[in-house]
Amino acid sequence: MSRQWRLELPLLIMLLPGTILVLIYSYGPMLGIVIAFEKFIPSKGMFGSKWIGLDNFRQLLDIPNFFQVFWNTVFIAVMKIIAGLIVPMVFALLLNEVRHTLFKRGIQTLVYLPHFLSWVILSGILIDILSPNDGFVNNLLKTFGMEPVFFLGDPHWFPYTLIISDVWKEFGFGTIIYLAALTGIDPTLYEAAVMDGAGRWRQTFHITLPGIRSVAVLLTVLSLGNVLNAGFDQVFNLYSPVVYETGDIIDTLVYRTGLIDAQYGLATAVGLIKSVISFTLIVLSYRLAYRFANYRIF
Amino acid sequence: MHHYPTTGRKVFLAVNSVFLLVVALLCLLPIINILAVSLSSSAAAATGKVGLWPIDFTISSYKFVGGRHEFFTSFFISVKRVLIGVPINMLLTILIAYPLSKEAARFRLRGVFVWFFLITILFNGGLIPWYMTIKQTGILDSIWALILPGAVPVFNCILLLNFFRELPKELEEAAIMDGAGHWTTLWKLFVPISVPAIATLTLFSIVGHWNSWFDGLILMNKPQDYPLQSYLQTVIVKFDSTLLNSVSSDQVKMLSQISNKTTQAAQIFIAALPILIVYPLLQRYFISGIVLGSVKG
Repeated sequence: MSRQWRLELPLLIMLLPGTILVLIYSYGPMLGIVIAFEKFIPSKGMFGSKWIGLDNFRQLLDIPNFFQVFWNTVFIAVMKIIAGLIVPMVFALLLNEVRHTLFKRGIQTLVYLPHFLSWVILSGILIDILSPNDGFVNNLLKTFGMEPVFFLGDPHWFPYTLIISDVWKEFGFGTIIYLAALTGIDPTLYEAAVMDGAGRWRQTFHITLPGIRSVAVLLTVLSLGNVLNAGFDQVFNLYSPVVYETGDIIDTLVYRTGLIDAQYGLATAVGLIKSVISFTLIVLSYRLAYRFANYRIF
Repeated sequence: MHHYPTTGRKVFLAVNSVFLLVVALLCLLPIINILAVSLSSSAAAATGKVGLWPIDFTISSYKFVGGRHEFFTSFFISVKRVLIGVPINMLLTILIAYPLSKEAARFRLRGVFVWFFLITILFNGGLIPWYMTIKQTGILDSIWALILPGAVPVFNCILLLNFFRELPKELEEAAIMDGAGHWTTLWKLFVPISVPAIATLTLFSIVGHWNSWFDGLILMNKPQDYPLQSYLQTVIVKFDSTLLNSVSSDQVKMLSQISNKTTQAAQIFIAALPILIVYPLLQRYFISGIVLGSVKG
């Protein structure tokens, strides 16, 4: 064995356990995609079931509201992406104006917190405070003389409830990257601007915003890959049949078709379409990020 | 040169501070509300009048939850999951990040392995093949079903490998000059100076394991094997959303909801508590950890 290989051998040994686990639990399911082309019967297994070509994909078009579900997914995801880009940026800009370190850090600690709680816990809280009869929010609305809103049971309000509660959970965490970008701006630029008589607004428009533009572009481009991820955890924990019309997304549809109705082949076909589109979008977005923001993942 | 703030600037700063404080409190108040509900009497909670302070203070809901065998069984399954799962996650993250942080010249298969791991975040087989694979490896219904499929957190590996690559090259060269091999360099040099990054990823791993609910729900056939969040999912979320479907003001149903409200609040709060405790302890590390790992100059 050559000297170079002897130097690299420990590195290969380090990678061995992780490689085996990833082969089994990540690449294994990729092989399992054959189920999408089969009339899958669990007792016959992945390789014993009958091959039916594209039948599952044809049947997909017969799923009632398939296109509605597709649209719901894209709508909810895109709204979340837009709000998730703007709200953290504005919040970071406002927080950046604060000079008092302790106050600033206190605010940060509070706004990051919801990110670390699960959607099961947050749903428990939301179901409670958004309840139409005795929920805290509706009681508040009633004291202001407004009609109570059935946030989780009204198909009109449901998607917006999803979007707003997602922003509420994640905006604080999203702020981190923008704050980092803001601290990276050269302070002498501001000093020079002040010398030239620039006020706060001019400084913001001519120094701060251009300073974080590349980060904003990068995050926008990278979010492209998430257009079909409207948030399974959140939707699954908050939705109910009354809001399927506007709240059902691809991932929840796959769950119900596959694990509840036991239509394994069909559910895998739906999942495959989603994976292929998402994969294409992610690869595209990484290429764009590399070209326009010179970003590399590693 | 000193700048005295103008009146407009002072007004802005005051308004801004108040605004930021209000927004920050909005992130905390729902949690305080659930704590207040859990410490209120059933009757007070049912009217929805409990705000941030308990009404008719009582710990009876905690006593009731304390007497629930299933709650504690699932609580300890979650604790067990964290205690086994987090060290495995971290060990694998470190063992993968180190080789992949080497330049291609020093580790010729680097590119191959980077893509091998990276592809798993870009593409996956979907829900059904994932379930079938886990079933075929025979770990269904055991704690390993909750640990092994997610044992390699590829995203964390990338964050750590970026962190490793930012470390000064001279340190490593000095270690090699002193005769240190890869294992010694990793454990005696890289790991000790990467404490902020490792602490950050440990927090993520703890939170991930503690908060997981879906895998428990579908990989465990027996509800007594559910970790806490899966258990809560079935007793709180499912239970209430079925109530939402039939909005009939049936007396019996109302009664069951009333007595459940404070108990559910107590269970939610207990489930959130470990995060509320761990988070502030590790928080000071994670900002620098994330930033160094994700945004590069």
